[in-house]
Amino acid sequence: MTPWRLEILATGPLATVQDRGRPGWAELGVPRSGAADGPALALANRLVGNAVDAAGVETTFGGLRVRARGPGARYVAVTGAPGAVTVDGVPAPFAAPLALGDGAVLELGPPASGLRSYLAVRGGLDVPPVLGSRATDLLSGLGPAPLRAGDTLPVGEPAAPFPGVDAAPCSAPPGEFALRVLPGPRDDWFPPAAVESLCAARWTATSDSNRVGIRLSGPELRRARDGELPAEGMVAGALQVPPNGQPVLFLADHPVTGGYPVIAVVLGADLPLAGQIPPGAAVRFRSARV
Amino acid sequence: MTAPDGGLRAVRRVGDQAVLAELDGLPGVLALRASLAADRPPGVGELVAAATTLLVRYDPALTDHAELRRALADRARALATGSVAPPAPAHAPLTIRVRYDGPDLAEVAALTGLSVAEVVARHTAPLYTVAFAGFAPGFGYLTGTDPVLHVPRRAEPRTAVPAGSVAVAGGFTGVYPRSSPGGWRLLGTTDAPLWDTDRDPPALLVPGRSVRFTAIGAGAAA
Repeated sequence: MTPWRLEILATGPLATVQDRGRPGWAELGVPRSGAADGPALALANRLVGNAVDAAGVETTFGGLRVRARGPGARYVAVTGAPGAVTVDGVPAPFAAPLALGDGAVLELGPPASGLRSYLAVRGGLDVPPVLGSRATDLLSGLGPAPLRAGDTLPVGEPAAPFPGVDAAPCSAPPGEFALRVLPGPRDDWFPPAAVESLCAARWTATSDSNRVGIRLSGPELRRARDGELPAEGMVAGALQVPPNGQPVLFLADHPVTGGYPVIAVVLGADLPLAGQIPPGAAVRFRSARV
Repeated sequence: MTAPDGGLRAVRRVGDQAVLAELDGLPGVLALRASLAADRPPGVGELVAAATTLLVRYDPALTDHAELRRALADRARALATGSVAPPAPAHAPLTIRVRYDGPDLAEVAALTGLSVAEVVARHTAPLYTVAFAGFAPGFGYLTGTDPVLHVPRRAEPRTAVPAGSVAVAGGFTGVYPRSSPGGWRLLGTTDAPLWDTDRDPPALLVPGRSVRFTAIGAGAAA
């Protein structure tokens, strides 16, 4: 029997295969990677009855067009940053299971807010896993290359019963992003009021941002000391401050070590929201209680 | 002599899912990393060693900052007093065969006042230890480099360093697992399969592993 597959007709600015990433290899220099907005991909997987670790497509600013190929119909769902979804040119619901027959074309427009949308297919994308994950890691080049028009992605066999949900209510990402942070580990490299300054300012996400990190623009965060910090382990959510005083917020494909001081770290619960910050958006930080 | 606190200077908060243990040097980092890897306190996940720090990721549902802080202090103290033995090395020593034909060999000789043959002799003499990984999957920072060979990075990094390049900079030796930009000084090349995602572990240069370099081909000692 011919397996099910997705033909990529258009990718938008960037479309990659993502799943929950490859935790556990950081000490060999491998970023965790995986969906920048993990809960959004998890929701898409739930809507089509996939296991939580199934791989889907992560888009950046929409622009994805795919054609379904295979016997019978197969369910898909689009979640994350909400863009207009059509199937064969007919508007279709967002965050809802959609049945695609052989040859049907699904198109995802640019999101009204947020940045990254997710397409899950019942059965999951069945590209070969690398170190236990099918995620594209843009920093270290592990996993499949970013998708290109003309690619064909194999789809696996359904592993669990179809949930029979009509749609999942979900809220769109906001226009201004508020992220909670804990100070440190290197807040002592900055003047005593630096974390207050970080939290008082309104930052702008620059266009020089990707899955590795978001470069923020705002008031200069000056250091209180000179010298170089020996490279040390980094986490997603770290706000690393290079010598120009403009912080970089690390996302899923961040380097496992870095040599600039980290003034504060975004709480794990707020990382999916950080994954939806588009260039030009306003970003604020709030100091969380320890 | 290790301090009674095991050289643990501080445990810093890294958000709500990691801490950074600061130690007084690399030996303390490696000892704590090896001990935690062999016997993980509850909730401890990935460990990322660096020159003077160990990043410890944790599951906040299984432990918390205060508990982890105590566990790290207890472990460091136990290692220092000998009440916990350091675990046996997890990987056999590795010998890497190197053709000392790197484009920076003559420059390193000039910088150090040695002949090229002496540079090769000094580089093949020590038993190195993989201190930590980083920069790229499978890239290991090796300690043990002869102090004479502690040269700075190139002022202008190369845009493409060939895979298998054996290089020195800032007191470390490293091997580039694949072609990438890089500013280290290239002494030679190896065919050793440094990174293979179908192998477990995928990296040859695993933290804690002992490594020796031997010269092959034209650079080998007579």
